[in-house]
Amino acid sequence: MADVKTINLTVEGRPVSVAEGTSILEAARTVGVLIPHYCYHPGLPVAGVCRMCLVEVEKAPKLAAACATSVAEGQVVHVHSDTAREARKGVLEMLLINHPLDCPICDQAGECELQDYTFQEGRKDSRYQEPKRFNPVEDFGGDVMYVPNRCILCTRCVRFMDDVAEEPVLNVSERGDRAYIGKFEGKDLTHPWAGNVVELCPVGALLSKDFLNKARAWELDRTASICPNCTQGCNAIIETRDNVVVRMRPRPNPEVNEYFLCDYGRLNYRWMNGPNRLELPKVRRGTRLEDADWDVALGAAATVLRGKRAYVLASPMLSNEALHLLARLVKLTGGAGAFRVERGPEAPLPGVKDLSLRSERAANVVGAEMLGFSKSDTPLGGLRDGDVLVIADHAITEADLAALAPARSVLVIGTTLPPGVQGIEAVLPIANFTEEEGTFTNLRGRVQRFLQAKAAPGLARPSWFVLADLLASLGEQTDYFLPSEVFAALASAHADFAGLSYETLGLRGLPVLNAAPAAGATR
Amino acid sequence: MGYPHPPHPRETLVLSKYFGDRDAISLDGWRKRGGYVALEKALGMTPADIVGVVKDSGLRGRGGAGFPTGLKWSFMKPGDGKPHYLCCNADESEPGTFKDREIMRWTPHALIEGCAIGAYAIGAETCYIYIRGEFTEPLQRMEAAVREARAAGIIGPNAMGTGKRVDVWVHKGAGAYICGEETAMMNSIEGRRGNPRIKPPFPAVAGVFGQPTTINNVETLAAVPHILNNGAEWYKKMARADNPKSTGTKLWSVCGNVVRPGNYEVEMGFPFKEFLYDLCGGPPPGRKFKAVIPGGSSVPIMNMAEAEAAVMDYEGMVANGSMLGSAGCIVIDDAQCMVKQIARLARFYAHESCAQCTQCREGTAWTTKIMERIEAGDGTMADFDTLLEIGENMTGKTICVLSDSCAVPVVSGIQKWRHEFEAHITGKRCPFRAAAAA
Repeated sequence: MADVKTINLTVEGRPVSVAEGTSILEAARTVGVLIPHYCYHPGLPVAGVCRMCLVEVEKAPKLAAACATSVAEGQVVHVHSDTAREARKGVLEMLLINHPLDCPICDQAGECELQDYTFQEGRKDSRYQEPKRFNPVEDFGGDVMYVPNRCILCTRCVRFMDDVAEEPVLNVSERGDRAYIGKFEGKDLTHPWAGNVVELCPVGALLSKDFLNKARAWELDRTASICPNCTQGCNAIIETRDNVVVRMRPRPNPEVNEYFLCDYGRLNYRWMNGPNRLELPKVRRGTRLEDADWDVALGAAATVLRGKRAYVLASPMLSNEALHLLARLVKLTGGAGAFRVERGPEAPLPGVKDLSLRSERAANVVGAEMLGFSKSDTPLGGLRDGDVLVIADHAITEADLAALAPARSVLVIGTTLPPGVQGIEAVLPIANFTEEEGTFTNLRGRVQRFLQAKAAPGLARPSWFVLADLLASLGEQTDYFLPSEVFAALASAHADFAGLSYETLGLRGLPVLNAAPAAGATR
Repeated sequence: MGYPHPPHPRETLVLSKYFGDRDAISLDGWRKRGGYVALEKALGMTPADIVGVVKDSGLRGRGGAGFPTGLKWSFMKPGDGKPHYLCCNADESEPGTFKDREIMRWTPHALIEGCAIGAYAIGAETCYIYIRGEFTEPLQRMEAAVREARAAGIIGPNAMGTGKRVDVWVHKGAGAYICGEETAMMNSIEGRRGNPRIKPPFPAVAGVFGQPTTINNVETLAAVPHILNNGAEWYKKMARADNPKSTGTKLWSVCGNVVRPGNYEVEMGFPFKEFLYDLCGGPPPGRKFKAVIPGGSSVPIMNMAEAEAAVMDYEGMVANGSMLGSAGCIVIDDAQCMVKQIARLARFYAHESCAQCTQCREGTAWTTKIMERIEAGDGTMADFDTLLEIGENMTGKTICVLSDSCAVPVVSGIQKWRHEFEAHITGKRCPFRAAAAA
């Protein structure tokens, strides 16, 4: 690849230089010119069938499909010339003749490329007088529902299943205007990554059953985040309405998940709105836990910890920032930290290198290990007599309850109260990861930021904020006002994180030094 | 021979000489008629020499596009280390065309010989003959002939004892018009849905199984042995004196309102008027010709002024507003309703659209619905603009030319027989149907 030729061309009057073999559509994108398209998708093989990306190339006999035409030296491309616009207007009119005008009841409305481009350059009326084609809605299995009447047959879904999921369950059945997306007899869209066809569909033909009729696209607030449901660290968008997470979608990152998110990750968002949240700090009065002010609760927690060895059970779902501060607590008290991680079956996406639903089902397993917490199926094994057990949002099982005995007292820093735990001295309620800002380290050592998507309940505070206050109560220097400052402290304390900051990480993340290479090969 | 009629004296019988001759079908019978002499000769020549002879002869593709065959063969770079393929396009699906069918029915060994020579000339060891799914009898004849030829060692790993490998396989289509488009045909041969592919890459670079491939029509390949036997000069002479660009003989399938429909073989440059009135016997008694579609349903429809002025070669048809195409000649007389004929053609394309490109998938069906509405008497004057604009949107904007082919008869029909459309619209019924009922 070293000697790839550079091609110079002009798109809409702007000079463009791209590598040989780049398509006109991709070249135009590099200078901010969006050529309308439906079937083209950067994560899929080119089909060239929707004909929406027709552009005028000077000296060419015909209009060119920008997605399927490679750039050539000296080419002059007009995207918005009259000829090109007329051609695309014709395509839009044809796409709409059999498309129902049911936008008011269509989930895609507001994020529909057919709406957008029709608004941008379509006709204001239709000359079509004949009856529209009708096919009934079909359940495709998995999370996917097919509304054939809205389908524009761009074949993105077919190509995803063929070439990326490599489980060719979908096809184009029939011909002409009778064509529809067919499903292999007896097969369903049950591939662990099949839900991506909903995202890929540019119109409302493939819909998520989970999201069906739940919200209108324009009501949603969107936040750049990371899917926390395994160690892969797929970049995601968390969508909320009225402070409730209603959908999680992939956010493109060529280094991690390209354009995709698995069904397990996508649909496992309800816990982010979870019930039984801790809303107020609590301290023990006699045998009962009673609500208290933050200052009182922090003071009580500091009193419990002072002079004792802290044994920290840290959730691998906590951010690097929180884990860093917990590690400081461990160091300060001469204690230890451990965690357990849930496991499930691994589910790779064959078409993308090193992308898989990982068996370890937590966001920050690698971060926790790097910051000194030991991974164990019996994380309480190291608990010594007289230790203060700090349960930092870690799940507690029946077996854990039995192993709690050596602890002198228990501090809870978490989103929920662990059921059945005796001897809790103080409870410090924290935000979950959708309610605060922070970073996770994925299984390849890539540090990635997530932003706050919604407000924390009650008086719960960001985990890093609570822990910084706790350390301050113990006399530590922790004057942090922003999570970025905690991360800066982390980066200066740990050689592996050296040089990283929120600015350099951006929203796509960077690997730590000496990051573990991908299995088999580097990306 | 104006098969199934006795040959007309003005025909030039080269490819059709043995149409109707049952003895010519078998290998023995074919050998007695001079078969496989050209192949033996070809295997003794260098591939480059064969390509040279075919180039000299001026032979052009008989499938419709009329691309020079020798030039096409020369795109196949010898010694590129890749397997080359020859595909013989026997998916003769163009409405009105039935010439390849007769070649395969009566002279299957002529095609195998042409295939073997073509394969050798382009450095291919494998040739696929892709036969239209509905061609039951030609398929049986071709399969039997391939078996005979292989058993006799004419084709196979040691073709004619020369140590050269030339394999010919017969591949049956599943009944889609679009599989006659060369890239769709390659997909079909590979076992995929017969959807046309985006070009480039062109088949000579990446064709069937991603390897360099040449696709030739049945008639083209069947003509090659005759050129090798008789020489390029002989072939070149069969042309208009003032037009050396179209050479040789051409098979014409004639159907519709003529007294003697059938296959005719005439030299390039034959006057179309004499062909229609003399060879084909003119219109049925009491009728007059109204329109001719000279090259299969995808070419513009000619009115009689254009048709009678035309000469029968590639340039002669273009000069008079149409194309030679596949030379499937559909003749329409004055008792026929042009709107109905064109609506029927549009319906064919709407049925056969592969559904990839938007303009074709939706446009062919929309065109059909409007045409059928006009034919039923429910059209409006605004439909003209709509049809012409749909036609414009369907032309030159898709992967293959199926949608162009649907627009062509509609646009030429509106241009040349607008009065018939208007009569439907103003009279609110089909005037021809009204006349028949009266």
